[in-house]
Amino acid sequence: MDFHLTPEEEAFRAEVRAFLDANLPPGTNTASFGFLSEWNRKLREKRWIGFSWPKEVGGGGGSLMQQVILKEEMAKRKAPPLGTCFMGLAWVGPAIVQYGTDEQKRRFIPDILDGRVQWCTGYSEPGAGSDLAALQCRGVRDGSHYVVNGQKIWTSIAMWSQWMILLVRTDPNAKVKHDGITCLLVEMSTPGITVRPLKNMSGGTMFSEVFFDDVRVPVENRLGVEGDGWRVTISALANERSGIAEVEGLRRNLDALRDLARRTERRGRKALEDPTIRRRIVRAEARIEAMRLNGMRFLTRQLRGEPLGSETSINKLHRATLEVDLGELAIELQGSAGLVTGRDAADGGRWQRFALNWPEVVIGGGTPNIQKNIIAERILGLPHD
Amino acid sequence: MNFGFTEEQELLRDGVRKFLAERCPMSEVRRLSETAEGFSRDLWLETARLGWPGLAVAEEYGGAGQGFVDLVVLLEETGRALHPSPLLSTTLAGVAISDSGSEAQRARWLPGLASGETIGTVALLEASDFPGADGVRLEARRDADGLVLDGEKRFVADGAAADLFVVACRIEGSPVLAIVDRGATGLETVDVPCIDSTKRLATLRLGGVRISRDAVLSGRPGDEALERLVDRGAAAVSAEMLGAADAALALTVAYAKERIQFGSPIGRFQGVKHPLAELYVDVESSKSLLHDAAWALDQGAADASKAVSLAKAYATETFSRLGIDVVQLHGGIGYTWEYDAQLYLKRAKWARPAFGDADHHYDRAAALGGM
Repeated sequence: MDFHLTPEEEAFRAEVRAFLDANLPPGTNTASFGFLSEWNRKLREKRWIGFSWPKEVGGGGGSLMQQVILKEEMAKRKAPPLGTCFMGLAWVGPAIVQYGTDEQKRRFIPDILDGRVQWCTGYSEPGAGSDLAALQCRGVRDGSHYVVNGQKIWTSIAMWSQWMILLVRTDPNAKVKHDGITCLLVEMSTPGITVRPLKNMSGGTMFSEVFFDDVRVPVENRLGVEGDGWRVTISALANERSGIAEVEGLRRNLDALRDLARRTERRGRKALEDPTIRRRIVRAEARIEAMRLNGMRFLTRQLRGEPLGSETSINKLHRATLEVDLGELAIELQGSAGLVTGRDAADGGRWQRFALNWPEVVIGGGTPNIQKNIIAERILGLPHD
Repeated sequence: MNFGFTEEQELLRDGVRKFLAERCPMSEVRRLSETAEGFSRDLWLETARLGWPGLAVAEEYGGAGQGFVDLVVLLEETGRALHPSPLLSTTLAGVAISDSGSEAQRARWLPGLASGETIGTVALLEASDFPGADGVRLEARRDADGLVLDGEKRFVADGAAADLFVVACRIEGSPVLAIVDRGATGLETVDVPCIDSTKRLATLRLGGVRISRDAVLSGRPGDEALERLVDRGAAAVSAEMLGAADAALALTVAYAKERIQFGSPIGRFQGVKHPLAELYVDVESSKSLLHDAAWALDQGAADASKAVSLAKAYATETFSRLGIDVVQLHGGIGYTWEYDAQLYLKRAKWARPAFGDADHHYDRAAALGGM
C-alpha cells in the first residue's frame, strides 16, 4: 500500500498545476465565450482533450495515472470541462477509437476533439429502458443503406446535436436479445428524423423523444459489424469508469452544503450546530471518501493490468444515493425557506435545482435497482432475475 | 500509487485463514465460548509462536516489526473466524506501550506481550463509556513512593485473563496511561456476562493499588497517548468487524443460492438480492476507508485520526445493519441457537460501542474536520 506518486507523475502534476496557474487565474469568468474558445484551443494543444485516446487518432496517449491526475487537478480548480463535445468524448469517441474503420476515425474523431459537432446517444426506447437490450427500433438493410424506423426516448441534448450514435435491431429473430443489435452513426439532419423535446420535473428540456420514419443511413456509417452493436457501445464502455472523476464534483457540493448549513438558522441556532445535521453531513463525507478510495482500489487493479468488471457499480450506487441525499439535506435544513425558488432562495436557488435534477445522473446511467442487480448477479453470483 | 496489499500481506492473510479454518472452526468457536475462560490457552500459545501477538511489536523486543496495515490483515481474519482469543486486547496493550512508552518501558513489557507469555488489555472506560479523556475520572493519587489507584474501570475486554492492564487515569487532572500488573495488591477483576459469548468483559477493581512512577507511559504526553490508543483501538476493532461482516455476508449469499421458496432460490428475488448488494457495497466501502486509515496511521499522516473515525463510523453502521439483515434474510433458521447467523449479530453488538460508536466517530470526524 503506497499512495505516493512517482517522480514522473509528480512532474506531470506540476505541469498541470502550472498550466492552470497560467490559464485559469482566480476570478476568471469561465462562462465567457472568449475564454472558453481560448481555453479549449490550449487544451487541444496540450492534447488533454481525449487524453486517454491513442496519439494516432489525435488523442493524448495519457497513462491511467496521468488521466487521474489531470482530472483531479482540473476539478480542484473548478476548471471548465475538458472539451465541449460531452457525449462524443464520453461515449462515441471511445467506441469509434476501438471499433471504427480508419475512415470513420479520420472523419469523426477530430470534430469531437475540437468540439465542432455535438453527439447524442440513441439508446433508450419507450419499451426498453432498464431492459435496454429489448430495444425494437428497426434497421433493415436495403442495398447500401439501412432503413431505420422506430422511436428513441430520454435522448439528452438531441435537439442540439448534429450526430447520433444509434442502436437498432437488425435481427429480430436473434436467440439472445443482446445479439441482433447494430450500431449506426446517424446525421441528425437526415430526412425522416423528428426531435420532440420533453420537459423534465425541474422545468428544463435537456432530453427529447426522437422519431425515425424511413431514415436512410449509409452502410459505411455502421460502427463495428452487424449484430455487434451491444458489445460496441454498452459492454465496452459500461465498466471502464472507476468513479474517481465524480468524487470532486460531489465534494464541491458537500463543501457548498456545509457552507449553507453554517449560514442557515434552524430551531434557534446555526444548522451546522445541530448534531443531526452535522452527522448527516459527515456521513455523506464518509461515503464520498469511500468512493474516492474505492476508485483507487479499482485503479490499482487496472494498473496491475486486470480489467475492471462489475465492481464499478459500487461507486455508481454510492453516487446515486449521495446525489439524492445531498439535495434532500440542503432543502430540509432550510425548513420552509427550502420551498422558495429562484433568485430569492439561498444561493440563488441552486439547491432547489439540485434537488430536482438528480434523476439525470441517478436514472440516466442505469437505475440504482439495476446497479444492485448487477452487483448481486455478477459479483455475488446470485441467480439471474 | 498502489492501494492494494503486498504479496507478504496476502500470504499472511492466507496463512491465518487456513490455520483458523483448520484449528478453530465454528464448532470449536462454539465449544470455547461455553468454557469458563472463553478461549484455549494452548491455541493462544500456538498462535503466539506463529507471531500473531508480536506482529506489530518491533523486532528488538521479539516481535515481527510490521505495521498497522499488516495488523489489519491479521485482525480481519481473526474477525472472519470469530476467533475467541485475547489477541486484540494483547495487541492493543502492546501498541500502547510501543507507541507511547519510553525505551525502558518497551524493553520491560513488550517481549512478554510479543511472545504471548503476557496477556495484556486496555482499561479505558468507567461509568461513562466515553472513549477518550473526557470519560476518564480515575485519579492516581501521589504518595510517598509512587501512585495509588482507587476506583473501577469497566467493560475491560479479556479482563479476567489479562496479566497486564493499560489503565487510563489522571495525575493531578491530566490524563495518562499507566501499566498495572495482575499481581498488584488490591487488584481484582469481576467477570461480566457479555451478549457476545465469544468475547469476554470484566470490571477491573482497583482498591488502593500502588504503582510506581515509572509505570506511567512517558514516551509522549498522556492525553496524546490516550487519543492515539483510541485511534488504534477503533481501527483494530473495525478490522475484526469487517472480517466478520465478510463472513456473515458470504454465509447469507450461500443460503440465498440454496434456499428454495416459491419454486426458486430466494436469491433470485430482488427483495433478497438488493439488500445483499447494498451490504456488499457498504462492506467493501468500509474496507476502503479502513485500509486507508491503517496506511495513514503507519505514515503518521496528519489526518489519520479523521480517517479512523470515518472508517469506524461507517463500519459500525454497516455491521450493525448486517447483523440484523443476516438473521432476517435467513428466516426462522437465522433465529436458532444452532445456526451461526446469531453469532455475527452478537458480534455486531459487541463491536458497536467498542472505542466509540458511529455517532461518536461522526462527531469526532466533524470536529477534526473543523466543523
